[in-house]
Amino acid sequence: MEKSQFQNPWFPYLLLLPQMGIIAVFFLWPAAEAIKSSFYLEDPFFGNATFVGLDNYRDALSASDYKRTAWFTAIFTVLVSVLSLALGLMLAVSADRVLRGQSTYKTLLMWVYAIAPPVAGLIGVMLFDQHIGPLVDFVAIFGWEMRVGVNYWDTGLAMIIVSTWKQVPYCFIFFLSGLQSIPTSVKEAAKVDCRSETRRFWSITFPLLAPTTFFLMILNITYAMFETFGTIDLIVKDQPGNSPVTLVYKVYRDGFRGNDLGGSSAQSVILMIIVLLLTIVQFRLIEKRVHYN
Amino acid sequence: MTTLRIKNVKKVYPNGAEAVKGVSVDVEDGELVVFVGPSGCGKSTLLRMVAGLESVTEGEIELAGRVVNDLEPADRNIAMVFQNYALYPHMSVRKNLAYGLRNRKTPQNEIDARVNEAADLLQIAEFLDRKPSQLSGGQRQRVAMGRAIVRHPAIFLFDEPLSNLDAKLRNQMRLEIKKLQRRLETAAIYVTHDQVEAMTLADRIVVLNGGQIEQVGTPAEIYANPATTFVASFIGAPPMNMLEANVTGDALEIEGQSLPFPRSHRGPVRMGLRPERMQINGSDAGLNAEITVLEDLGATRLIHARLGNQEVVLSQDADLPVPSDGKISIAFRPDDVHLFDRDSGRRIDA
Ligand SMILES: Nc1ncnc2c1ncn2[C@@H]1O[C@H](COP(=O)(O)OP(=O)(O)OP(=O)(O)O)[C@@H](O)[C@H]1O
Ligand SMILES: [Mg+2]
Repeated sequence: MEKSQFQNPWFPYLLLLPQMGIIAVFFLWPAAEAIKSSFYLEDPFFGNATFVGLDNYRDALSASDYKRTAWFTAIFTVLVSVLSLALGLMLAVSADRVLRGQSTYKTLLMWVYAIAPPVAGLIGVMLFDQHIGPLVDFVAIFGWEMRVGVNYWDTGLAMIIVSTWKQVPYCFIFFLSGLQSIPTSVKEAAKVDCRSETRRFWSITFPLLAPTTFFLMILNITYAMFETFGTIDLIVKDQPGNSPVTLVYKVYRDGFRGNDLGGSSAQSVILMIIVLLLTIVQFRLIEKRVHYN
Repeated sequence: MTTLRIKNVKKVYPNGAEAVKGVSVDVEDGELVVFVGPSGCGKSTLLRMVAGLESVTEGEIELAGRVVNDLEPADRNIAMVFQNYALYPHMSVRKNLAYGLRNRKTPQNEIDARVNEAADLLQIAEFLDRKPSQLSGGQRQRVAMGRAIVRHPAIFLFDEPLSNLDAKLRNQMRLEIKKLQRRLETAAIYVTHDQVEAMTLADRIVVLNGGQIEQVGTPAEIYANPATTFVASFIGAPPMNMLEANVTGDALEIEGQSLPFPRSHRGPVRMGLRPERMQINGSDAGLNAEITVLEDLGATRLIHARLGNQEVVLSQDADLPVPSDGKISIAFRPDDVHLFDRDSGRRIDA
């Protein structure tokens, strides 16, 4: 391919400027502000700040509710990621059996994906509503009085279910297209070589989906940790205190509800470090990702 | 003994397509049978029914003395080689070969022995620890064959295994497949749409057309006595000339010309003549025609000529002279003329 050269060597940078500007204003600047204020104790009403060094970090990490939140976030993230993967894969496998080559159905299934996330979240939350939620009524049959917003683990469970529920279609679509890209003849060769369908799945299909699985795993972790904010907000809305939240939500709550700007900044810096680590892991995985042809 | 019996097998696909319309063929022990026919004639479908990858709508498939209609492919003791190799991309060559054996609970030392034996036979020993993506097309094809060989199956099933290879490699692999099959003395069905492959490989050829058998026979039989106009023009390259003619008992009339032709059949016929069985005659004793195009193929030359309103093609040695005025007289032996019924296309032997 022919490379086009710019006359002026600075011209390409000029073209990049708007994008760079957006990144600087909406990403780098706030990040820098957060890092800065994480070292200060700020008075939210009068705006004067005192430098306190690492005190904010020490306070944040040693607070018992930080540990509790970190634990919940870990459990929440693992469960949401793994459950979305597993359910997405199960659905994709069943769909793939029916769908071989029938693209009309595939398009229909894609529609699930087109439902706006807030709408999906709201529907999910309504399922657990104390008064009209069918899931609450359902478990009541078995004598389980589910009290979302009051009981810690009931609330946590609702968050996990709604968050998973929103992520399953995403995993489903990726797995389905992964499954459909496995050549029919490879599947048939496996049929000749192996009688057991389960065994075939684990020894041929699943390894061939490995790149998709890696990709979705990273995606799900990022989703569970950072993008479930809205869902959690809907569930714990106006139910302060005892509800479980994720680290990201805690940053928001401590900063904007609790007015502890320094502590909340310190927490967001910790989260930034986690994101950085995740990104490194992700790039490593993508580099190593096996490309089958 | 007969390895495989296909008895009145029919296949109707769920969408109503009738791909195989009642076919019966036997494959004897150690025999290499080639299914040949144009695209869509149902040869893959037939092979896949033998493999168990398609259900049999009607009829019976009997492998090594037992009816296998309802058996899973893995239980049939067959091995299949696919057109696009169908290797497991995430497994090394060694694992590709061993996969089937491992699933059948073959002891490890037996697996190793068979894998090494097949690798030596196919000269792929040095690639055993590579992934398929690190192999060339020809090497992948060998691995696919190795995977079939290690199973020690009752029958090999090949579905156009060479059509993804370039012409030179295809000829070489064709020869190797034949040698290998001879050496292993295992029965095989080989599906192809390439009549050259069919002629060179087969012990017996089954010519299929529109889901039905046109003819079964050795390559020599099929070449010498094609049963229908379809077989006549499908087998042989360049294809046999088909001319509208009339036989009267002692003469052959074609485009107003007449040649002595002692056959008992009388009436309008379709007359078949192989391009390589016609010569340009020095005298005027043959059929007079006019050259339209010459094609030089190196050793041979194709001469396209007009005979009245019909086209004929002659194939002759490139060294032989061609008249400069383009007027030729075509000679042939009466024995080389094939007569076919104009309506049914069936061969007329009388
Ligand atoms: N899964 C299917 N569903 C419906 N019809 C099918 C299916 N597979 C094949 N057919 C039809 O059955 C007929 C025979 O197909 P088959 O694949 O056996 O042909 P073939 O002789 O192998 O041709 P080719 O040389 O192109 O491979 C064709 O008309 C095809 O359209
Ligand atoms: Mg085919």
